[in-house]
Amino acid sequence: MSETFLRRLYFFAIGLFLALPLIVVAGVSVNEKQDLTFPPVGFSMSWYGQIFADPEWRQALIASLLLAVSAAAIAVAVALPLAWFLWRRIAPWANIFQLLGVAPFILPPVITALGMLTFWATSGLYGQPWTAAISHGIFFVTLPLVTLSLGFASIDRSLVEAASTMGADDRTVLKTVVLPLILPYLVSGYAFAFVLSLNEYIVAYMTVGFTIETLPIKIFNALRYGYTPTMAAVSVFFVAVAALIFGLIAWFGDIRKLLGAMASEG
Amino acid sequence: MRREKPQSLADYTPLFFPGVMLVVFFVIPFSTMIAVSFFQRDPSGFYTTAFTLDNYARFLSLFFAKILGFSLLLSVTVAICCVALAFPFTYLLTRQVRKVQTVWLVALLSVLSLSEVIIGFAWSTLFSRTAGISNLFVGLGLLEKPVALYPTFGAVLTAMVYQAFPYTILVLYPALVRLDPTLLEAARTLGCSPMRAFFNVVVPALRNTVVATVIMVFVFALGSYLIPQILGRPQHWTLSVHITDQAIYQSNMPFAAAMAVFLVLISLALVGLTLLAGRKESAS
Repeated sequence: MSETFLRRLYFFAIGLFLALPLIVVAGVSVNEKQDLTFPPVGFSMSWYGQIFADPEWRQALIASLLLAVSAAAIAVAVALPLAWFLWRRIAPWANIFQLLGVAPFILPPVITALGMLTFWATSGLYGQPWTAAISHGIFFVTLPLVTLSLGFASIDRSLVEAASTMGADDRTVLKTVVLPLILPYLVSGYAFAFVLSLNEYIVAYMTVGFTIETLPIKIFNALRYGYTPTMAAVSVFFVAVAALIFGLIAWFGDIRKLLGAMASEG
Repeated sequence: MRREKPQSLADYTPLFFPGVMLVVFFVIPFSTMIAVSFFQRDPSGFYTTAFTLDNYARFLSLFFAKILGFSLLLSVTVAICCVALAFPFTYLLTRQVRKVQTVWLVALLSVLSLSEVIIGFAWSTLFSRTAGISNLFVGLGLLEKPVALYPTFGAVLTAMVYQAFPYTILVLYPALVRLDPTLLEAARTLGCSPMRAFFNVVVPALRNTVVATVIMVFVFALGSYLIPQILGRPQHWTLSVHITDQAIYQSNMPFAAAMAVFLVLISLALVGLTLLAGRKESAS
């Protein structure tokens, strides 16, 4: 009995540690006046409305969403053919591309950020909005690459063999057998890249920080000039989006399996 | 479909787009950065082309040694705290029913994906005078009046442990899930208490995993750049913060690049050590 109790206490303490800052932020976000107080004084949801009503916050939200949508698309577009090739062919030297895909994610992010900054500055394209999408796309290639490699590995090769014996060529096999089988992995790879791009600060800041404000950049800039409950509301919004997306992945797929292989590769 | 060697050049076509993208937008930027680290600073622009070792020579100063020492010490502390907290937790988590595991993993992923800005902001709120935890202590009679708990080293450390904690669990999870359950059964039938079985069987069996995880988390913590700025004083700034600072605010891209190259070398050396630790375990 005492051991069950100790275990529960331990889980509770860890849960509290993880939740505490978020609880306080959620509490602060419903303050009626523009105060940083907890427990909140009064109750108001108007700061959440601010995210959409205030032109600056709305612009940051739109910029972040556009960036995340396109960056995740680029990441998947790079990862899919690569993972397909590595699964389909025996070409050991091609593993170097896999290494290149994983490298930006393992090294401290400031390195990728500075690499991108020097690159875009040298090529004279510094500050263009699409440079951030490409930079994020490359930075987060790891995630779809890992989920897709896992997806391909789970395909029963005899299924594909059957299709080709019956006369299907590579393209048909890819379209009718392989793609449907790896679709869940494709979607979760996209979702991982999307959520992380939405939250990413340093690469976005170093590439387009002076021309565009994404939400994390906007929060950090706002933090310097003092505090508004809108920042707290945006933070809660971010936690909710992440929890929703990962919850959906868990609901429709097997997140344990996805993570069991993810971390061992990374 | 059997795996086969590429027969013709056409078989390489799937590799074309990923290859071009990764080379143009990762290999070339990376090489550019290395090249820039040997260039000269141009205060009015980004840099002027030259070959100089001055940027690296600056490493030999006491100022730089302090930054490096602090960054490494902070990251080691974060890594040890995280693994010490996360290892028993992950072990217990893998023994829970599927549903409980899934809920925890979703929560951990959500925290892991949180922007460093948000983590820094959330902890600065929690450590603030007006909305912070010190109000709770006043309520309990432990403190006379609420105080701000940041900027301090403790605040930086706490927030960085918070940031790296979910990552630590996700690195440990696969190894602990695959741990052979018969090992524990044997220990239990021989009369070990669960606590003793954990310390005498599980921990030694996964010694190399623990070492590898400490290093992984160490590299992860080296990348932290906003938390030290939000929750610490300038003396708590890490190498990552100084790289950003030199590149953006001091417009000294060559020096920033030299520091980044140095950081890459440290990280690569450590990742290499991790692979070595991992190999030993699978061999034994």
